[in-house]
Amino acid sequence: MTITPFDPGLSAAPTPQPKAPNSWKRYFSFNTDAKVIGIQYIATALIFLLVGGLLAMIMRGELITPEADLVDRTVYNGLYTMHGTIMLFLFMFPVLNGLNNLLIPCMIGAPDMAFPRLNAAAFWLVPVFGVILMASFLVPGGPAASGWWSYPPVSLQNPLGFLINGEALWIVAVALSGVSSIMGAINFVTTILRMRAPGMTLFRMPIFCWTALSAQIIQLIGLPALTGGALMLLFDLVVGTSFYRPEGGGDPVLYQHFFWFYSHPAVYVIILPVFGVFSELFPVYARKPLFGYRFVAMASLVIVALSLVVWVHHMFPSGVPQWMRDLFMVTTMLIAVPTGIKVFAWLATLWGGKLRLNTPMLFALGGLFNFVFAGVTGIMLATVPVDIHVNNTYFVVGHFHYVIYGAATMGVYAAIYHWFPKFTGKMYYEGLGQLHFLLTFIGTNLNFFPMHPLGLMGMPRRVSSYDPEFAFWNVLASLGAFLLGVSIIPFLLNLVSSLVRGKQAPANPWNAIGLEWLLPSPPPAENFEENVPTVISGPYGYGSGLPLVEHQERYPRATDFLATGQA
Amino acid sequence: MTSTPSRPNLPAIAGLVFWIGLLVWFSFWMGQQSFGWLPVQASSAAPLVDGLFSFETAVATFVFAGVVSVMAWVMLFNRAAKYDISDAEPIEGNTKLEIIWTVIPLLLVMGIAYYTIDVNRQIGLIGPMDHVHGDRLASDQQPASGAAVAPQAEIEVIARQWSWEFRYPGAAVSATELHLPLDRRVGLQLRSEDVIHGFYVPAFRLKQQVIPGRSIAFFLTPTREGRYRLRDSEYSGTWFAANQVDVVVQSETDYQDWLRRASRLPLQPGLSDASREYALRQSRTRPSGYATVVPAPPPMVNVPGSNTLPHDG
Repeated sequence: MTITPFDPGLSAAPTPQPKAPNSWKRYFSFNTDAKVIGIQYIATALIFLLVGGLLAMIMRGELITPEADLVDRTVYNGLYTMHGTIMLFLFMFPVLNGLNNLLIPCMIGAPDMAFPRLNAAAFWLVPVFGVILMASFLVPGGPAASGWWSYPPVSLQNPLGFLINGEALWIVAVALSGVSSIMGAINFVTTILRMRAPGMTLFRMPIFCWTALSAQIIQLIGLPALTGGALMLLFDLVVGTSFYRPEGGGDPVLYQHFFWFYSHPAVYVIILPVFGVFSELFPVYARKPLFGYRFVAMASLVIVALSLVVWVHHMFPSGVPQWMRDLFMVTTMLIAVPTGIKVFAWLATLWGGKLRLNTPMLFALGGLFNFVFAGVTGIMLATVPVDIHVNNTYFVVGHFHYVIYGAATMGVYAAIYHWFPKFTGKMYYEGLGQLHFLLTFIGTNLNFFPMHPLGLMGMPRRVSSYDPEFAFWNVLASLGAFLLGVSIIPFLLNLVSSLVRGKQAPANPWNAIGLEWLLPSPPPAENFEENVPTVISGPYGYGSGLPLVEHQERYPRATDFLATGQA
Repeated sequence: MTSTPSRPNLPAIAGLVFWIGLLVWFSFWMGQQSFGWLPVQASSAAPLVDGLFSFETAVATFVFAGVVSVMAWVMLFNRAAKYDISDAEPIEGNTKLEIIWTVIPLLLVMGIAYYTIDVNRQIGLIGPMDHVHGDRLASDQQPASGAAVAPQAEIEVIARQWSWEFRYPGAAVSATELHLPLDRRVGLQLRSEDVIHGFYVPAFRLKQQVIPGRSIAFFLTPTREGRYRLRDSEYSGTWFAANQVDVVVQSETDYQDWLRRASRLPLQPGLSDASREYALRQSRTRPSGYATVVPAPPPMVNVPGSNTLPHDG
């Protein structure tokens, strides 16, 4: 390893000006800086969160009464299909890729991603397929209306018979989303494996990088199955093949296998980086090292391996033989073990700590609470006889919204607040943040808890009307949904007002340990540029007093924390 | 955590034991409560499913309440004092503890899996839910469950967009209301004429996708007289939500009586809420909404029955 001369200008620069087009315009251009792309991803995702949320609120408005009276049934079916599709492919995946782009290079001491142009291309596919998907609202016949699973034969029914129809646009959009995700995954995996700073061994990487690596491996293995399955569906729809058409000798259940082979692991693509966020935040705000770092790191890889062999648990009532039900139930159950390791490790990290309950920590704790609830209902769903009863009911809807909103989205909020000062250079407003947390936490539980009793009582999911005995819990769920809508207001207000007139953020407002906190806020375009630090100890050295890198005193230090008086 | 103190802290241990005892009691109570969250039990499978669910509820309550207890404890008692920016004690791990919390959950979930496989087997004996491919069925007319004495399917179930038709070939009866005899194992042959539907009777705790191109043999034993809902559980298009009919479980004599009377009734259009709503939609001068698949005409049946009477589950 060569010793590079240290440039004192690095830490001296108060607010480093990123190069050339340092204006808002770069966020609308084909920019190859991972930090710009990260913010592009997150901003795009938040816009689509509003769209998807609006659709959800119309749906909950329909479901506040038993009769189908607010919108036509065809419209309702389009709404719920587009809600799921937008939230997964245009909110969740992009927002996580945004975090990956911001965090991975900074955390491992790389100047940028391995393939910056590929990175930019992957991002720009998102608005492209976003527009395609939105355009499907305007084509004759309306948008796709067969659920985000798009099971044939119902997805192949094309009442108007046009070549350009909502379903075809939906398939094209999902396939493009897959291409974009694969491009991103190649980039993230290569960057993590090849571009770490000197001394940053795999077992000195922050857990977020471990979870991102694991999630992106799933993308690389699983996505080709979905993309291939979707293309066959497109052929069935527009050129009259019969891969899945029973009347032509096709098998509709084959599609279910293709779909779930990817789409179950996709849940882990979402939740693993959020586990990473929890693992980063709890040590910072409990002032303790992450408990059992190696177990937590390896648990992610075990989850990857198991996630690829559980997909049939979505198909227990689809007509699969008993041995398959038993086998996939056991593999599904096994996932509880590495997941449990993580939960216990977080609890042990918190235990005896010195907790600081600011907005990111509150979101992380709330996310953990919701995740454990989703975990225990997940075990119920894994057991075949109970699943047979609640499969395709609101119980499942409640379960996965606890995962996707309660845990994952709240984890994303935690991450946004935690790293907001780092990447914008501005402090957010703590009061608005805590109000956002409170409304989100109450809204989430009010919206999604009532779905569990509904499912147990036998209310199917995806219905536009229901029997009157389900009305009580549906009213509560709808109120929760509207509260979640309200909860976005303090969030957006906070983002915009702190960007415009927030206090300047110091390099390390949380007194956190990690390479990204050695950089100025916001970091310069090339991160450490010529002065890549040499890592000499593992992450999360809270309380040990060990420096993370050689010559740590030369980087902006944690004492900034005292100087700015943040408490 | 537990490894550091050299002398046992008796009040702490007593408190912990008391709290765990309380959680165990609460979990057990929740397990008992769980039966009330489910519809009435109307098939031989239902008590088995409910028993498993009750057990899982108790375990889930214990795990969830345990985790939340720890979270509540640290949030109450492990807060940093104002202006205290020092770090806590740097405990990086404890291999023994980590092995314990790997092995105990492993044993726990494998225990649940073992219990579940046993329930699966029992439900399978009472009414196998195995499907058979249409071609195999056509060749020998025997469900795949093979050796187990499988009664010949006496009721054909035909799912359409959006109606359910039930044919009783032995009695030359058809209906849009499913009548079943009490306490007798009944074989159903599930078919779909268009897309995938789901045969779901919550009170029976049973569900099966009805897949076009296949004929699926399905067995169940009703155990309680009454009127129950049959809901389409697999999204099937525009009027999916309205694709629900009633199941009437009656004593064997009433059932035979119903069949006899039904066979003498003339054919008439059966129930199809979708057709009714579609006609209404078309009658408007400017139909709202997007294009839709046209509902199949209501099947011609001897007994349309009702899907608006009060139901038990």
